[in-house]
Amino acid sequence: MHDDDYILKVEGISKSYGQIKVLDSVSFNVRKGETKVFIGPSGTGKSTLLRCINQLTEPEEGRVWLNGEEVTHSGSRINAFRQKMGMVFQNFYLFDHLTAVRNVEIALIKVRGMNPKAAREKALAELRQVGMEDWANHYPAELSGGQAQRVSIARALAMDPDVMLFDEPTSALDPELTREVLEVIKKLARDGMTMLVVTHEMGFATSVANEILFMEGGRIAEQGSPEELLNDPRFSRTKQFIGQFREYDRGA
Amino acid sequence: METMLFISDILLPALLEGLVITLQLIVAAAPFGFLLGIGIAVGRTYGGRATEFACKAFVTFIKGCPLLLLLFMLYFGLPSVGISFSPFVAAVIGFICCNAAYNSEYIRGALLSVKEGQMIAAQALGMTRTQAIRFIILPQALRRAIPGITNEFIYLIKYSSLAYMLTVIELAGAGKIVATKYFTYTETFLFVGLLYLGLVTITTVTADAIEKKYAVPGAMGR
Repeated sequence: MHDDDYILKVEGISKSYGQIKVLDSVSFNVRKGETKVFIGPSGTGKSTLLRCINQLTEPEEGRVWLNGEEVTHSGSRINAFRQKMGMVFQNFYLFDHLTAVRNVEIALIKVRGMNPKAAREKALAELRQVGMEDWANHYPAELSGGQAQRVSIARALAMDPDVMLFDEPTSALDPELTREVLEVIKKLARDGMTMLVVTHEMGFATSVANEILFMEGGRIAEQGSPEELLNDPRFSRTKQFIGQFREYDRGA
Repeated sequence: METMLFISDILLPALLEGLVITLQLIVAAAPFGFLLGIGIAVGRTYGGRATEFACKAFVTFIKGCPLLLLLFMLYFGLPSVGISFSPFVAAVIGFICCNAAYNSEYIRGALLSVKEGQMIAAQALGMTRTQAIRFIILPQALRRAIPGITNEFIYLIKYSSLAYMLTVIELAGAGKIVATKYFTYTETFLFVGLLYLGLVTITTVTADAIEKKYAVPGAMGR
């Protein structure tokens, strides 16, 4: 019953906090190598949606499948699924007491049971991918925000995920640092990584996305390719939303 | 001259014997007090409702009970229900309980100070809660708890003298015996005090070195 084309299937996810329905039956499917970008006003459940996918937040309703296996209601196997769904957070959440390379290798050693030498090699290779190998022995507090975020991307990539979840990866960064992080994410997209990205970077969204999903009020209000959303008059709400950013950009 | 002879031939040998017992009490109690303190702190912070309640009840009981009373209960009280310990063991158990209860509060505070994102990020990588606590949360918390744990260790050094009340002749007890026998209170307790001061100084210097060794560059106010 599940199309094998889809690496990730999300079906009818709902989540409420008290009276407020943050997610209202959200469904979508993701093909291997595809990049889906979620945009929309603050508080429309975009970040909650990502957390419901890897069950960091438990949805009240709805199901998620990764590679045809159900992630929801998977009990203790959730830890295996989470390894396969790398997550990058707005505030990096690097482990404060560990150097960059230790941040990347610790889950390889403790979760995957890799031997420390092989884990170190792999961690350094991942850091190289994001241009951070020269900073391997620095602690998070010694890194700029952009550098920290690139390390956190390397940390997620080290687990060889099937899909990457980016939760506003540049929202805590100034424009210059934003660029260095977006470059890394764009490169991942080119290399064929499957990605879900929540962002407010409209230029980035339109350049990297195979599909943009515009969320409002806990629902996917509109979705389509960047060209469709920008040119097709049906997608008025999205265009209006993106337009606000354009105006703001011009003004700045 | 007579005083010198008293010090070298009578006082110091007696105090050294007591010092050895004091060190034995500390070495026997401190590691368990530390580990049990971690266990209680983790139980209260991350445990289920029953675990949390049990840990909190234990800490409340120990905090509310004078240590001397606890030692009396362990040594004089428990035999009436068929449990007897040697004076040394009773003292060590009392010290472990006390040390653990107070350590657990320092460690609990430190656990609560670790940012929530650390746990989230660890779980997102596929760690179980236990793994996240063990490898991510505790290492950060324990660093922050070092000053508190050191403080408690210093208290342990000093309250180990209460073992004398259970007839364990440790440093303070040995001093008391010599002082009473030879009527040399001033010299004797001066030396006893210097020896405690020495122990506390060694502890402080060691703790500083540990803190420095595990300090995270750039972080935690450094």
